[in-house]
Amino acid sequence: MAMTGVLRPGFIQLRVLDMATSIEYYQNRLGLNMVSTETDGRVYLKAYDEFDRHSVILRQAPEAGIDLMAFKVATDADLDHFRKRIEDWGLTVEEVAAGEQPGVGRRISFVLPSGHRIELYADIAMSENHPETHNPHMWRDEPRGMGVIRFDHALLYGPDIDKVCDFFVKALDFKLAEHVTLPDGLLAIWLTCSNKAHDIAFVKHENPGKLHHAAFLLEDWNQVGHAADIMVRHDISIDIGPTRHGITRGQTIYFFDPSGNRNEVFAGGYTYYPDNPTRSWDETQLGKGIFYYERALNERFLTVVT
Amino acid sequence: MTTAPTRYQIQVEGYQPFSCAPDQRVLVAMEQAFPIPLPGKARPLLVGCRRGGCGFCRVQVTSGQYRTDKMSVAHVTEEALAQGYALACCLYPDSDLTLRSAVEVKTRSGPKPAQTVET
Repeated sequence: MAMTGVLRPGFIQLRVLDMATSIEYYQNRLGLNMVSTETDGRVYLKAYDEFDRHSVILRQAPEAGIDLMAFKVATDADLDHFRKRIEDWGLTVEEVAAGEQPGVGRRISFVLPSGHRIELYADIAMSENHPETHNPHMWRDEPRGMGVIRFDHALLYGPDIDKVCDFFVKALDFKLAEHVTLPDGLLAIWLTCSNKAHDIAFVKHENPGKLHHAAFLLEDWNQVGHAADIMVRHDISIDIGPTRHGITRGQTIYFFDPSGNRNEVFAGGYTYYPDNPTRSWDETQLGKGIFYYERALNERFLTVVT
Repeated sequence: MTTAPTRYQIQVEGYQPFSCAPDQRVLVAMEQAFPIPLPGKARPLLVGCRRGGCGFCRVQVTSGQYRTDKMSVAHVTEEALAQGYALACCLYPDSDLTLRSAVEVKTRSGPKPAQTVET
């Protein structure tokens, strides 16, 4: 498979209520590395195994939630190519100047029918602390805390996800890996631009622009258990898990950052190829689809968002 | 000379009271007092993110003294804060408290937290 066009999730900008406690959490508990604090107050971080300058941006604000999620595309020409296709689909596209985030080139920015701001960019500086590339060790420095490998995907909640699905498939060449359809229509979609089971997902929700979770990759099931031990030791609020998803097959635990933004750390999940058929779930097996071992949703999954 | 009590009584209107230490968050004390849902001992408050972001444990304090952590203004505006609204996950008692559930976000189990048995 040749990956072209939209390559992968690049970064996510989250709103936090208190920066000091958030840095302590994202740096020492999740295990991200600090990159920089800029004059506008935004804090930039990255996971140890990511090459690019940053993947998580924290912005202190009076309200928790997500500002935006950005995908990296292969070439600068892709930005012009996708701009036309996005506008042809019917969304308004804004240009974000190079340097709005340190080390990041020009971005194109648009708001989905679900109320979420999504951006594309082609250029970002390589991290000064990137993984070794010649006779590389596992890591330069021992991972801290949960030791997350990378920012992996997000699940977003909002209205009109049927339109969102159409947009990602038709304008950005994503594939629909899985969906949940209830008698009254589409409930949830898992979209991929890569070999992963999902790069972004959406669940139908009446309020636009909501964050369900930002997810980070771990190496294996043992690391999910180790992450759970850290959560209890440091009084991190756990939502559910460790458990497994029927959908995507990821081994997972959900928990909340100090501002109530849900995070996930997970391992596994199947390999997706673009010729694979879409997997589907209905209301009779939805519990198993979301939480495979419990075979039932918890109250919070469909309702607690920031 | 009297010694200040180490735990205060928290009364959510319509439910059994529970106790909470001054340095403990009211929602956490509630979870400890109602570890499992039992008939006749319904949990007085819904549990969401436990960190001030989601609004599931929104209450109005109708009597008593208290402190709060930072809470998302999406759920407690400055005006609401002045009127005694708070998120129980960010609420610390400085006296016995009387609370009334004031959940505004839509929950799957409906507006009555007493009907929720999910932890």
